[in-house]
Amino acid sequence: MTRQRNDNVGAIGTARPAPELEVWQALNIALDRAMERDSGVFILGEDVGLFGGSYRVTQGLYAKYGEWRVRDTPISENSFVGMGVGAALAGGRPVVEIMTVNFALLALDSIINMAAKLRYMSGGQLQVPLVVRMPGGVARQLGAQHSQRLEHTLINVPGLRVVVPATAQDSYWQLSQAIVADDPIVVLEHEFLYFTKGPFDAAAAPPPMHAAAVRREGRDVTLIAWQRMVSECMNAAAQLSARGIEAEVIDLRSLRPIDLPLLRASVAKTHHAIVVEEDCRFGGAGAEIAATLAEASYPDLRAAVRRVAASDVPTPYNLELERASIPRTQNILDAVEELAGSTG
Amino acid sequence: MQRKLAWQFLYDMTLARQFEQAAAEQYTQGNIGGFLHLYPGEEAVAVASLHAAEASDYVVSTYREHVHALVRGVRPAAVMAELFGKATGCSGGYGGSMHLYDAEHRFLGGYAIVGETFAIAAGVGYWLRMNDLTHVVLCYFGDGAVNQGTFHESLNMAALWKLPVLFVCENNRYQIGTEIHRHSAVPEVYRRASAYGIDSRRVDGMDVVAVYEATRAALQHVRAGNGPYLLECETYRYRGHSMADSGAYRSALELAELRARDPLDGFRERALAEGWLVAADCDEIDSEIDRVVADAVRFAADSPQPTDLGASVYREPLDLYGGRP
Repeated sequence: MTRQRNDNVGAIGTARPAPELEVWQALNIALDRAMERDSGVFILGEDVGLFGGSYRVTQGLYAKYGEWRVRDTPISENSFVGMGVGAALAGGRPVVEIMTVNFALLALDSIINMAAKLRYMSGGQLQVPLVVRMPGGVARQLGAQHSQRLEHTLINVPGLRVVVPATAQDSYWQLSQAIVADDPIVVLEHEFLYFTKGPFDAAAAPPPMHAAAVRREGRDVTLIAWQRMVSECMNAAAQLSARGIEAEVIDLRSLRPIDLPLLRASVAKTHHAIVVEEDCRFGGAGAEIAATLAEASYPDLRAAVRRVAASDVPTPYNLELERASIPRTQNILDAVEELAGSTG
Repeated sequence: MQRKLAWQFLYDMTLARQFEQAAAEQYTQGNIGGFLHLYPGEEAVAVASLHAAEASDYVVSTYREHVHALVRGVRPAAVMAELFGKATGCSGGYGGSMHLYDAEHRFLGGYAIVGETFAIAAGVGYWLRMNDLTHVVLCYFGDGAVNQGTFHESLNMAALWKLPVLFVCENNRYQIGTEIHRHSAVPEVYRRASAYGIDSRRVDGMDVVAVYEATRAALQHVRAGNGPYLLECETYRYRGHSMADSGAYRSALELAELRARDPLDGFRERALAEGWLVAADCDEIDSEIDRVVADAVRFAADSPQPTDLGASVYREPLDLYGGRP
């Protein structure tokens, strides 16, 4: 089990709006505001209450809303996610936190067999306004069982939406949008990003939940990424710029659906695309994005869409090997070089 | 017993028996596809327990749930049309035999993965308790489901938070072809509830009156705020697990013994002997059910097919391919 030390158990007000916030604080504010607005919003999960959340995301909410709306559950992932489905069917808007994406493997029946299918199987009579939040990705030396990504499985499921915020602002916007939506939505959070800081404006109007964002404009190559890989792409783009190559960096923000029109518009300009993902290469989300983009934008592309992805191995414990297992800036630079070489 | 209730018991058990018989025939004729799990032999459980419940209570059931839907008030025609996969079915033709739903009757399905009902029921119960609502969730499951993790996980949580859930075990002795002594270290299902401090009892599931009285007492217990209750009904299915199963793993003697205790025949005899009903009632019910079931089959056969493949996957359609199909 992964646990972050939490010195502010039960404290309220540590997560006030400010010009710059950490990702966990933005998520905390989104939950707080949603719970203030709608008494049907409640939280289920392991150590979300008294403990304040493994990554502080629910900090202060137990003290403010009480045990029925911020419920510490036993370690029973499949059943407490299934309870979320049941409560959603009855009219609630549960936000279920799975402590890490790795434990969500125990809850896939509730997510895939129930949450995703009930509206359809019931001919549209029932709805499951459920949010399932789960942190994942490769953090730091947590070992193979605690360093997984689940995008590949979840984006293949009709009935689900999957969002992947990378910034504090997007975390606030997308979690807020997910809670008021009437369909089950998985919010994948990244363990490495919780304590990163970014600009935050609670009053700003959000873009659509699935809209991708152009983080840097460029004319030569499109780098497509999400979550932690966005900053790797930004680093690569800065270095490429010094060599006279202007990369456009797109933060997908959502993996089901993807913002295909934005990707196509970018590729129409750059004629080259590289998908950068932290997940294993074979059968990963990047494969789907590359294939869909290739089919849609074939006439605009001057080379095959490339992928930079994690090695096809379980995540090793050793720090150097772990770093080598996921894409780094240099891998992106290499891929751009190869792409440039292949198209002359 | 009041005449009205006796009439309802006989009516619903007869409907259950005849509806399932008609479903088997329609399956054999190729009008119903997929898996079809039928209920003959177990009628007393659904009929009695659902008549003991209130219309405002919630019902969560398994893949052997046609009768639960019918007793709950879903029109036989709408259930049969669903088995036919028609647009007029209670799930619009998108669910099938194992996925019947009716939001209006608080009939929440229809779950075809063994053990799912526990968590769904606990979740509805959590919502009721969180909002101080007095309704109860009736959660049906078979003896085979009690070895799933969700049974233990959900009973633990239901007891921990005193959730208003009545767990009703339809113990028909078989997990498909595996008899209960071969799948459970503790074959008395009701005893398992004690692991979580949940009150429970076992009742003769072939006796509709006994199940009714046991359910009423159990519901009183739950409604009084004492938390969940587990009622084990010892019953039997005459047919195989599904239409694909002949049930050859069971002895003819065992089947004959249980058929001799048929819940429908037994209740009819008793109702006449006690004077709850007269012979004319039985005849009237039989002919009425013949008509209702024949109408249901005709309605299903005459109904249109659903045509919208992508309907209601989401509240608003999801555009995966940028506007292209």
